[in-house]
Amino acid sequence: MTTNKSFGFMDEYAKKEIRRSSLKAVAIPGYQVPYSSREMPMGRGFGTGGLQLTLSLIGEGETLKVIDQGADDSVNAVNLRSFIEMTCPGIHTTTSTTEAGVIQSRHRIPERPLREDQLIVLQVPYPDALVVVEASEDKRKILHGEADYSRLLVKLYEDIVKFDEITISHRYPTRIHGHYVIDPSPIPRWDVPKMHQSAALILLGAGREKKIYAVPPYTDAEPLAFEDVPFRVEDFTDENGQRRPCARCGCTTSFLDEYIDSSTGDYVYRCSDADWCNEQLMDESLLEVSNG
Amino acid sequence: MDKVLQVRELSVVYGKGCASCYKKTGPDFNSNICPDCGSVVAAHDVSFDLYRGEILGIMGESGSGKSTAVKCLFFDEEPTNGKALFYDEDQQYNLFRLNKAQQRRLRNHRFGMVYQNPNLGLNFDISAGGNIAERLLMSNVSNYSDIRGRAVSLLSRTEVLSERMDEMPKNFSGGMQQRVQIAKALATNPPLLFLDEVTTGLDLSVQAAILDLILEIQQQSQTSMIVVTHDLGVIRLLADRTLVMKYGRVIETGLTDQILEDPQHAYTQRLVASAL
Amino acid sequence: MNAPILRVEGFEKHFQLHEQDKLIPSSKDVNLEVYSGKLTALIGPTGAGKSTILKGIYRTYLPTAGRLLFTAEDGSEIDLASADEHQILDLRLKEIAFVTQFLHFLPRQSTLNVVAQPLIQRGRSIEDAKDEARELLAAMKLPMRLWEISPATFSGGEKQRVNLARGLIAKPRLLLLDEPTASLDTKTTERVISLIESLKYEGVAMLAIFHQPELVDRLADDVVEIQPPENSNLILEEIA
Repeated sequence: MTTNKSFGFMDEYAKKEIRRSSLKAVAIPGYQVPYSSREMPMGRGFGTGGLQLTLSLIGEGETLKVIDQGADDSVNAVNLRSFIEMTCPGIHTTTSTTEAGVIQSRHRIPERPLREDQLIVLQVPYPDALVVVEASEDKRKILHGEADYSRLLVKLYEDIVKFDEITISHRYPTRIHGHYVIDPSPIPRWDVPKMHQSAALILLGAGREKKIYAVPPYTDAEPLAFEDVPFRVEDFTDENGQRRPCARCGCTTSFLDEYIDSSTGDYVYRCSDADWCNEQLMDESLLEVSNG
Repeated sequence: MDKVLQVRELSVVYGKGCASCYKKTGPDFNSNICPDCGSVVAAHDVSFDLYRGEILGIMGESGSGKSTAVKCLFFDEEPTNGKALFYDEDQQYNLFRLNKAQQRRLRNHRFGMVYQNPNLGLNFDISAGGNIAERLLMSNVSNYSDIRGRAVSLLSRTEVLSERMDEMPKNFSGGMQQRVQIAKALATNPPLLFLDEVTTGLDLSVQAAILDLILEIQQQSQTSMIVVTHDLGVIRLLADRTLVMKYGRVIETGLTDQILEDPQHAYTQRLVASAL
Repeated sequence: MNAPILRVEGFEKHFQLHEQDKLIPSSKDVNLEVYSGKLTALIGPTGAGKSTILKGIYRTYLPTAGRLLFTAEDGSEIDLASADEHQILDLRLKEIAFVTQFLHFLPRQSTLNVVAQPLIQRGRSIEDAKDEARELLAAMKLPMRLWEISPATFSGGEKQRVNLARGLIAKPRLLLLDEPTASLDTKTTERVISLIESLKYEGVAMLAIFHQPELVDRLADDVVEIQPPENSNLILEEIA
């Protein structure tokens, strides 16, 4: 089916506006840039923001990876990847983090540290960390402008009072370059430190909310915390104090998903990042071969 | 003796205003409402000075405009006319010409305000301690124990039991809510504190305790204060100097004991004579 | 120095009661001087306006006419009748004290705090101020059991002693006394007399009204007789 469609599904004006917004986002780290979010042939809430960024930025000959909570093969990841492939003739696709030039992801940052020549686009449902404490967007803009996050910090304070620790798990508010606090999208705490001084550019797109923001390369990204109640990542130790390994590849340094085995009813823990898990297995089998 | 605040010719008119507003309202007309355009002249030509460590009382009955000046100074409202200079640490701020960000900065860090209605001064969605923490967190305090410790000490200074600091304000009595408000207002050690009818509606014994507290605070930290009230007893106890207002105009000003014992204006005389 | 610390020239006070449409004269043409280390007593019949003069100097009353020339510590001369309110407040804090018959205090303050207050306001530490307050209250023979409670429930005589202690403690340069021994028994009056004498010795200037002529005899270095203003058939009862 071919008609006069432009590369990347959207017209050049739309892509140009998104690129401009992205540049502005990079120039003002953490600032939510409003942009003209086009209607895409999929519902809002399915990653249209991330999609629009990818379509505007990817070029012929480049390599795309799409993941959804670490998996390349989930329905949403497959759909998005197919769509992008279809509308951007001449691009390559991969499941390998190392080979990818552009990575579009929902709710996870890959385990393998990214390089300067890579770009990661995160899909964002709610861009504004302050939305939980202030309903009016006008007032939120002022609070962001003045870096007044006291009401957000009070929420953290109240958590510590009630539970002795901060209980936010995903969407942990993070301060970028010393000023704007962002909602880094529903990535787990585990992934927040990856944003700090990252070699790769991180772009975040919220299609429904019509905002693009960025964590530029080598920029400070500090999760909000108190001096004496520091930020900590998820803890995968079992009752005996042992760090759980991935049931599939044995890795003890990755973020694990928890499943219930349908046959045994037991809890099973596996790497959330599918490509990483595959790589670990590959390394092991190579080891076996060499030890052979 | 340092001057902290200088207010000149402050006027606040609600409504579109016209040329007769000031001329046809006020105590001589027994009304705030302009007969020609219907605008309300809440205050007109209010001028006063406040020195460091002083408590200025603004007294009047309903409709006198006594709260109006304070609302403008705390940036809750905008004046129609007038000038206010705030002197702080060798700096001078022309309050009504500052931009909103500068106003917010002063409001959050250099001023304190206690309202008659605790709903205006407290956040009812967070605990008492949280209310104080919020104010501290505006000024980049980043250590949880410090914040907690400071909240405890402020609350104990305003005689709120520290065991209750994690409770929500809605569980507190009116008097206790006022104490939390005061603690919150003091959290940043502001040089200037506004108190708008803070004891109105409270039981007498509670009133006395809170007035006591306010004076103690003033003596300890030399905070300059403006106390708005309709109650002569409060004026007598707290204020060094007093402004008497009626229908938006300042009727008389003087040392409090002089206003109470040797009132000059007919209205003031009537007011003082009617005190129970 | 023989220059007076306070010179009253042509002091006049009348009250204009608007509601009743009456003009009530209280003092007229008063001239007097007060010197450091000396006590000037005002004598005259009730209603002559003696208290009015004291109140006029302290600015509780606004003088209608005349000058009240006070020499401040820094040597400058201030006309209390026309001085700025802030100046008056400053003088009241540092240099001029007024002991009246009425005690205004905060409902919950202990007697000790009430008496220590003027010193604390002048910058002394709370502990020092309280120590001096204890000494003074002991000198006034106010029972120790009363020191930590509020004066609210005290007898007239007890309140008066607290009042005096508060007025005397900070050793002002000018002390105004309005019937300071009115509710006191003989013994306590004697003590107050010796306190006043020691204040004189320390250079405090005093202007006083005594209800007992003997006190005038014993304490006054100068006596000024005050006549009721002309045409005042009304006996102005002083309601504070």
